[in-house]
Amino acid sequence: MVTNEEVRAKVLDIIADIALDDDVTGIKDDVALREQLDLDSMDFLDIVMELKKRHKIEVPQEDYPRLASMQSCVEYLGPKFNQ
Amino acid sequence: MKNDSQRIVITGIGLTSPLGNNLAELREGLLNGRSGIVHTEIRHMGVVAAGLCRFDETKHQSKKMRKRGTRAGAISVYCTKEALIDSGIDFDSTDRARVGVYLGITEHGNVETENEIHDLYNTHNKDVSFWSHHHNPRTVANNPAGEVTLNLGITGPHYTIGAACAAGNLGIIQGVQQLLLDEVDLAFAGGISESTETFGIFAAFKAQGALGHHEDPTLATRPMDVDRNGIVVSEGGAVYVLERLSDAKKRNAKIYGEIIGYHSNSDASDFVLPNTERQIECMKYAMKKAGIEPSEIDIVNMHATGTNQGDIQECQAVAGLFKDCKTTYVNATKGFIGHAMGAAGALELAGNIPSFTDGYIHPCKKIEKLDPDCAIPNLVNGEKIAHDVKIILNNSFGMLGINSTLILKKYS
Repeated sequence: MVTNEEVRAKVLDIIADIALDDDVTGIKDDVALREQLDLDSMDFLDIVMELKKRHKIEVPQEDYPRLASMQSCVEYLGPKFNQ
Repeated sequence: MKNDSQRIVITGIGLTSPLGNNLAELREGLLNGRSGIVHTEIRHMGVVAAGLCRFDETKHQSKKMRKRGTRAGAISVYCTKEALIDSGIDFDSTDRARVGVYLGITEHGNVETENEIHDLYNTHNKDVSFWSHHHNPRTVANNPAGEVTLNLGITGPHYTIGAACAAGNLGIIQGVQQLLLDEVDLAFAGGISESTETFGIFAAFKAQGALGHHEDPTLATRPMDVDRNGIVVSEGGAVYVLERLSDAKKRNAKIYGEIIGYHSNSDASDFVLPNTERQIECMKYAMKKAGIEPSEIDIVNMHATGTNQGDIQECQAVAGLFKDCKTTYVNATKGFIGHAMGAAGALELAGNIPSFTDGYIHPCKKIEKLDPDCAIPNLVNGEKIAHDVKIILNNSFGMLGINSTLILKKYS
């Protein structure tokens, strides 16, 4: 069982490797990631690719909006980590 | 007599080379006979001699943009920003729609394609869904120049000039032409290469019997030496700030020199072998455009890559034009820094520009056993010489029979 905290930590690791110039330690979970970090559409594609490479998790294009905030990431990805 | 708006001058230089990351470091290495060639390990090739650059990739761009971009883009951004700083231009008050970026490249995209294919086969079991969405923006041919515009907020034109190993000169020529056409008011122009990141170029030169090698890497490329055995691949870049003389005068700019002539032509004879007659023609046309005679040239900088036939044919071309010119000296740069491909012409020109002010001509790296077929008059071999330099002629040639000559005059 992967807990929500562990899911959050795994997503944060990915974001830290993408938003290389940002401090990711103070991310607010209920605020959109793009409002807190210098992220654009290419960066979100990087997040999707890293989920696939590191955790074998596929995120179909129609679900990309589910990665908008850390909270929505955990809600969406939690079940996938536990499949 | 041209008016000042029809005269193009160099007012800034930014570079990275195997001998250092600015003009002073490159010049010091060339005058003192230092080699920048080292042994390095290349995928599939093992240990080979190469010329590597060690500049700070994130001095002028963010870590994220470096990761998103390419090595070629990083070299381009570094050189351009260094050139801008060197020029002293107030870029905040510059109309960036009137700025152009013109960079010569030998090739681009091989590095990224090789990396993707390597991962595809070795990590992802040929599943192309792992292929990077960054592949296209990284490998489009304009990538190196485009990364510069993103970094500096330049909204004028940008593109690369694919011209094999003549590209460094051709990038500068493109900048000159666009200024003369009044397409831009300021040009960042030169050449760049990241070829040391790709095994393919090494493997191809090896297959051709033209990859320079020696147990001492500093002897792996020995242009004009009877024991030469080929090219050493290097990376690097040199970007120039080009302006009309009228604009440079207005802002009281430091002027490195005036580009008074250039020419480019094609051999139309072979994929890889050079053509002496066309090389002579290229230099002749450049001098004609400059309105000067061969005897007025102080330095001829040879392309001289260290291949058997290439060196001989170029020596025949240079001797054919300059053998009776008592004060025309000949040097070559690749013995020190290797062959920087698309950057070669621009970097080698930079290496000679300080001659206008320091009064020396840098030598060829010491040629221990000069090939009798390369024994041309006034070859500066191993030791710098003092000379009052006023005009430099810079040659760069490339595969598919592309020749380029650029002539730079001391501004006074």
